[in-house]
Amino acid sequence: MPDPLPASPPPASPSRSASAAAPRDGAPLLALEGIAKGFPGVQALSGVHLELRAGEVHAVVGENGAGKSTLMKLLAGIHQKDAGEIRIDGRPVEIDGPRTAQELGISIIHQEFSLMPDLTIAENIYIGREPRTGFGLLVDDRRLNRLAADLFARLGIELDPRTPVGDLLVAQQQVVEIAKALSFDARILIMDEPTAALTESETANLFRLIRDLRDAGTGVIYISHRLGELKEISDRITVLRDGEYVDTLATADAELPHVISLMVGRHLTTEPRPARGAAAGPVVLEVRGLGTKGLLDDVGFELREGEILGFAGLVGAGRTETARILCGADRADRGTILLRGRQVRIKSPADAARLRIGYLSEDRKRFGLMLDQDVGFNILASSLGDHANALGLVKDAPARRTAERYAASLNIRTTSLKREVRTLSGGNQQKVILARWLARDCDVLIFDEPTRGIDVGAKEEIYALLDRLAGEGKSIIMISSELPEVLRMADRVVVMCEGRVTGVLDAAEADQRTVMDYATRSGAHGGIAT
Amino acid sequence: MKQVDTAEVGDAVRASPRGLLGPSWNLVRRQLQQVLAFASLIVLVAFFAIANPNFLTWSNLSGILLSTAVIGILALGTTFVIITSGIELSLGTGMTLAAVMTGVMLTGWGLPLVVGVVGGVLTGALIGLINGLSIAVLKIPPFIATLAMMLIAQGLALVISGTAPIYFTDVPGFTDIALSSVIPGVRLPSAVLILFALTAIAAVILAKSLLGRYSFAIGSNEDAASLSGIAVRKWKIAVYTLSGCFMGIAGVVLASRLNSAQPALGIGYELQAIAAVVIGGTSLQGGKGSIVGTLIGALIVGTVTNGLRIMSIPQEWQSIVIGLVILAAVYIDILRRGR
Repeated sequence: MPDPLPASPPPASPSRSASAAAPRDGAPLLALEGIAKGFPGVQALSGVHLELRAGEVHAVVGENGAGKSTLMKLLAGIHQKDAGEIRIDGRPVEIDGPRTAQELGISIIHQEFSLMPDLTIAENIYIGREPRTGFGLLVDDRRLNRLAADLFARLGIELDPRTPVGDLLVAQQQVVEIAKALSFDARILIMDEPTAALTESETANLFRLIRDLRDAGTGVIYISHRLGELKEISDRITVLRDGEYVDTLATADAELPHVISLMVGRHLTTEPRPARGAAAGPVVLEVRGLGTKGLLDDVGFELREGEILGFAGLVGAGRTETARILCGADRADRGTILLRGRQVRIKSPADAARLRIGYLSEDRKRFGLMLDQDVGFNILASSLGDHANALGLVKDAPARRTAERYAASLNIRTTSLKREVRTLSGGNQQKVILARWLARDCDVLIFDEPTRGIDVGAKEEIYALLDRLAGEGKSIIMISSELPEVLRMADRVVVMCEGRVTGVLDAAEADQRTVMDYATRSGAHGGIAT
Repeated sequence: MKQVDTAEVGDAVRASPRGLLGPSWNLVRRQLQQVLAFASLIVLVAFFAIANPNFLTWSNLSGILLSTAVIGILALGTTFVIITSGIELSLGTGMTLAAVMTGVMLTGWGLPLVVGVVGGVLTGALIGLINGLSIAVLKIPPFIATLAMMLIAQGLALVISGTAPIYFTDVPGFTDIALSSVIPGVRLPSAVLILFALTAIAAVILAKSLLGRYSFAIGSNEDAASLSGIAVRKWKIAVYTLSGCFMGIAGVVLASRLNSAQPALGIGYELQAIAAVVIGGTSLQGGKGSIVGTLIGALIVGTVTNGLRIMSIPQEWQSIVIGLVILAAVYIDILRRGR
C-alpha cells in the first residue's frame, strides 16, 4: 500500500554514518508491507504498513493494545511475523532473531532499561563483545574504555565511560542506552517511550541528540503516548488501531485532535449499561492529595456506595500505583484516605483487609493466586482466621461451607473445590479471587484489569458480576485499559495522566474522544486544545 | 439484584460428572511422593533384611528408630520452614547449643530437671525467633540468616561449655528422657515415643492450624499471600520459632541419649534433617509437603545409615548413598511435576 500522504521535508543532510550502504534509488530506509502477527487468541497485527526514510523521525502512535509494541518486537527480532514483507534499502529481509536485527543495523531502546547497574558504562555498552587480551581470556579494559570514549566523542556525550551505570541519573542511563544502540552502527533506531522517566530539561537534551542523529541520516522510529511532544520531535506520524494501519500524516499538517480521533476510531457500539438506578449513595472512600515521588502527584477522588468508578488512562498513568496504595501493597509519601468519613492508615495489605478493601490485581498469577493450592484454599486465603478457634485450629466444616457458598454464588466452574486452582480458566480464576474478598466481607473492591486474559464469554459474566455487586451495595473501582469496557460499566470515570487525575467524568459526558483527550493531557507540554 | 440460586449452582459444583473421581485422583496424585517414599522404605527394609539376618531383629529395629529420633524431630520442625520456601541451616548447631544450655542449667546452676529441659527447649525457640526476625523483619535471605546463626550457635556452644563436654552423670533421671521404657514389656526407648508424639502434633498443626495453612500460602506465592491480607511477617516469625522449639527438644533428647552435651557435635545434622524432609516429598520451592512424608524420609535416612553399617560397609559410603537417594527422590518429584 503506498503512502497516502505527501512526503515530509527531505533529510537535512546526507548520511555521515560509516556503515550506510548506498540505498537503491528512491527506496526508503525501511519499509513494512502487509505485516501480520497473531498470538493464541489475539490477532495483534494485520496489514500493517510503515515506511521510514533515512534522516527522519517517524512517530508511531495508538491506544494501549494497538500493536505498537508487537510491531517493534518484530523489527527487533524478538517475534517473527506471520505474513508481510520487510525491506531495508529496498531489499527484502527476514529478521529471524535479535542478532539478525543487529546485523541489519536495527537497534531498539526498550521502555525498561536493560543496563546492569554494577557494571561501568563502557562494560554495559560493549557487553558480550568486549575487546580481549591475554589469549582471549581477559577483557582489555583500556581498549574498552577508549572505544566508549571515542563513541561518546562522536555523539557529543560528556560522560566518563568508567562510571558504574548505577551511579547515573535516569536521563543519563537513557543516553547510555542510546549510545549502546548506536555502537552497533545502527541506521534504524527504535525508541519506545523514551521520555517516560525524564524531566522537561532532560527531554530537551534527548530531543537535541535525536535531531543530531536524524541530521546524520539515522532513521528513528519514535513511540510515545505523549502526543504533545510529537509536534516537537517527529517528521511524520503513523497511527495504528486494533493492530491495523490507519493513516500516516506529515506532522506539520497534523492537528492533534484529528490524531486522537484516528487513534480512537469510530465509536464502538457499546452495549447500553443496565440502569442501576440512582447510584448516588453516600461517599464510602475519599482520597485526597495522594502522592508518591516520581509516580503520583496530588491524586484525589471519591468513591460512592453502590457505584462503579472507572479508572481510565494510558499505561503508566498511575492507576495501578493508586490501587496498590489503597490495598496496602505500597505506601504513599503524602495524602489522606478517608473511609466512611474516618481517616484511615493503610500500612499493609492486612490493614486493607481489616478495613474490608479487597484488591484484584491485573497480574492474577503473580499477585493473586496460590497456583499449587486448591480452589477452596484460594477462596479462603483471606478469611481463614474467621474460621479458626482460640487455639488457631481451623474448623473445617464451616470453612468448607463458606468456600462452597461463594463458589456457588459466583458460579465458579470446577469439578471440585479440591482441584488445583491452576487448572481453572482465567475467568474462573478471577472469580476465585473475587470469592476470596467476598468471603472476607469486603465492600470496597478494586478491580485492576478485571478482564485481562479472559475470553469473550467469560468477560460478559464478569461484567454481570460487577453490576450485581454494585447493585448489592458494594463500591467498586474498576481500572481498565479497554476504554469501551470502562465506558460501558462505569457510573463515573476518573481519567489519569502521568500520575495525576486530569478529569472526572459522568457516564453521560464520557465518550472515547473526551477520555482520550484527558488521558493525553501531559503536564509537561500543556493541555491539548479541542 | 439478588444472589443467584445457591442450591442450584452448588449442586453443579458437587455433582459434576467427575466430582467423585476428581478429588480422589487428585489425592492420589498429591500423595504419590509419600506413597513412593513409603514403598522405597519397605524395599530398603526388605533388601537389608535379606542381606543380613540380624537386620530384622527387634533390638536392631528399635536401634534404628532411636537413631532416627533426633534427625526426625529436627526434620519435623524444618518441614514448616521448607514449606514456606525457606531453609534452616542452624538446626544442628542450634540443637547443640540447646543441649549445652540444658547442661549448664542442670549441672552448673543445679536447677531442677524440668527447668533444665524447658530451658533447653526455650533456647531452641529463641534461636528460631531470632532467625525469624532477621528473615522477616531485616529481610535477610533465609539461607544467609540461618548460615550465620549456625556459626553463632556453634561458637556459643563452645564458649559456654568451655569446649568440654558436659556430663549429666550427677543428674538423676536425665537419661530416662530418651532411654526409658514407657510401655511395659516393650523395649522401645522413650525417644522414639517422643518422635511419634511430636509427629502427631506437627501433623495436626500443619493440616489444621492457621500456621500450617498460611505456611502453604506463603510458600506457594508470598506476594499473593500478603495481598490477601495474611500477615506474612508475623507468620514467618512463628514458623521459624516453631522450628526452633523442635530444635530445642531434639537437643534435650540427644543430650539425654548421650548422657552428655557434646559442644563439638551438631554440624551435619541440619543437612540430614533437610534430606529427610526432601525425601519425604516436601518441595524446596515451597507450597507443598507433609509431616508423614517427613517421618518416612527420616526413617529412610536412618535405615540406610543403619543397614549399611550392619552390612559392614564403611561409614564413608553412607553419605554417598544418602546423596544418591536425595537425587532420586527430587528427580522423581520433578518428573511428576512435569506431567
